[in-house]
Amino acid sequence: MTSPDGPARTVVGSRLIEARDVYMSFGATRALAGASLRVGAGEIVAVMGPSGSGKSTLLHCLAGIFTPDKGEVWFDRRRVDQLTDAQRTELRRTAFGFVFQFGQLVPELTVADNIALPLLLNKEKRKAAYAKAAAWLPRLDLDGLGDRRTGELSGGQAQRVALARALIARPRVLFADEPTGSLDTLTGEMVMELLVGLARAEGATVLLVTHDARVAAYADREVLVRDGRVIDHADTSSLSVEVGG
Amino acid sequence: MTLLGLLEREPSHGYDLKRDYDALFGRGKQLPFGQVYSTLARLARDGKVTGGDTEPGAGPDRKRYAITDLGASELRTWLTEPIEPEPHLQTVLFAKVVVALMLGRPADVYLDTQRAAHLRRMRQLTELKRSGSLLDALLADHGLFHLEADLRWIDVTSARLGALAEMVRAK
Repeated sequence: MTSPDGPARTVVGSRLIEARDVYMSFGATRALAGASLRVGAGEIVAVMGPSGSGKSTLLHCLAGIFTPDKGEVWFDRRRVDQLTDAQRTELRRTAFGFVFQFGQLVPELTVADNIALPLLLNKEKRKAAYAKAAAWLPRLDLDGLGDRRTGELSGGQAQRVALARALIARPRVLFADEPTGSLDTLTGEMVMELLVGLARAEGATVLLVTHDARVAAYADREVLVRDGRVIDHADTSSLSVEVGG
Repeated sequence: MTLLGLLEREPSHGYDLKRDYDALFGRGKQLPFGQVYSTLARLARDGKVTGGDTEPGAGPDRKRYAITDLGASELRTWLTEPIEPEPHLQTVLFAKVVVALMLGRPADVYLDTQRAAHLRRMRQLTELKRSGSLLDALLADHGLFHLEADLRWIDVTSARLGALAEMVRAK
C-alpha cells in the first residue's frame, strides 16, 4: 500500500488505528490484559465497560499518552508504542484531538484563546489562528462568546469549546473520554449531536469512551472492555487495508 | 381515550379523527377506519360522545362527533391519574439467565449477545430521534430509557453471574 510518494493516503474504511494484544499494569493492578481493537478510518466507535475495566487505559494507549508494557499500537502504518516521547507528542499535537470530562480548558483564557491554542502550538500565525477560532463559534452555537473567559461558562458551553479546540487542527482521530459525563441528559445530547455531526463533517475517526449506553448509541458500533480485554461483536473483517505489519 | 382527547379539542368527523390520530400517535402504524368507527359507536353507546346529525351524503363519515360532559369528565380523570408502574418482573431476559445457569450453559455469552442487540436497537432509535420530529424524539426517548434500564440490569447481572450460578444450582 506504499506509493512512490510515500505511504498511501488512508481510504475511508481502512484500519486507521489498532491495538494488538496490549498489556498494561499500574503497580500490581493490571488494567489491560491482551486488549485488541481495530478502528477503521471515519468510524465512530464507543468503548464501553464497567469502572476499572481498562477502557480509559486503552484509550490512552491508543492515543500515545501511555506506552503499553507489552503489545503493539498502530496508527496509520506507524508503531505508536515504538515512537520516542517527542514523536508521540508531535503525533498527538498534529493528528489527534481530545475531549475529556473535566478540566481541559484554561479558565483564565478566553473562549477564542482556548479554541485557537492548538493552532498557535502548531506555529500557525496568530491572526489566522484567531480567524479560524472565530469561524468555529457559530458551528457550536457559541456566537458572541469569543471574549468570555472559559471559567465563566456553563458545563455545556465549556464542552462545546473543548470540542472546537479538539477539532480546530483537523485531527485524524478524536479521542473522547466521557465527554458528557458531567452534563445533564439534554445538554449531553446536544454535545453528542455536535460531536458526531462535526466529526463526520471533518472526516475524523472517533474513539468514544463512555459508560452511558445512550451516549454509545451515537456511535457506529460499540465494543465492551471487560477485565482488560476487548469484546467486539462487530465483524471488522471487511476493513480492507492493514494499518501495518 | 386519545379519541376523546381529540374530540375535546373540537367536534370532528371520523375521517378527521383518524387523520389527526395518525399524525400524532400513529408513528408508522395507522389506525384502521373500522376501529375508529367501532370506537366512536362504543363511546356513543356509553354516552361519552354524541353522533350529532347526519350531514347530507352517504356513509358513516357524514356524522360529526362531539364529546359529552360525561366524556369530558372521564378524560379529565384519565389525564390526571397515574398509570400502574410496570416493574417488568419475570421478564424473558431473567428467565433465560436463570435457565442457562440452572443447566450450566454460558449465561455470560447470552448476556453479551443481548447487550449487543439492545445497543443495536438503541442506535436505530437514536438515528430516528436525530432525523425525525420532536414527537419522534419523545417516543424514541421512551424506548431508549427503557432499553437503557435493561442494559443496566444486564451489566449488574453479568457482574453477579458467579454468585447467581451457585445459588440457582443449589436450589
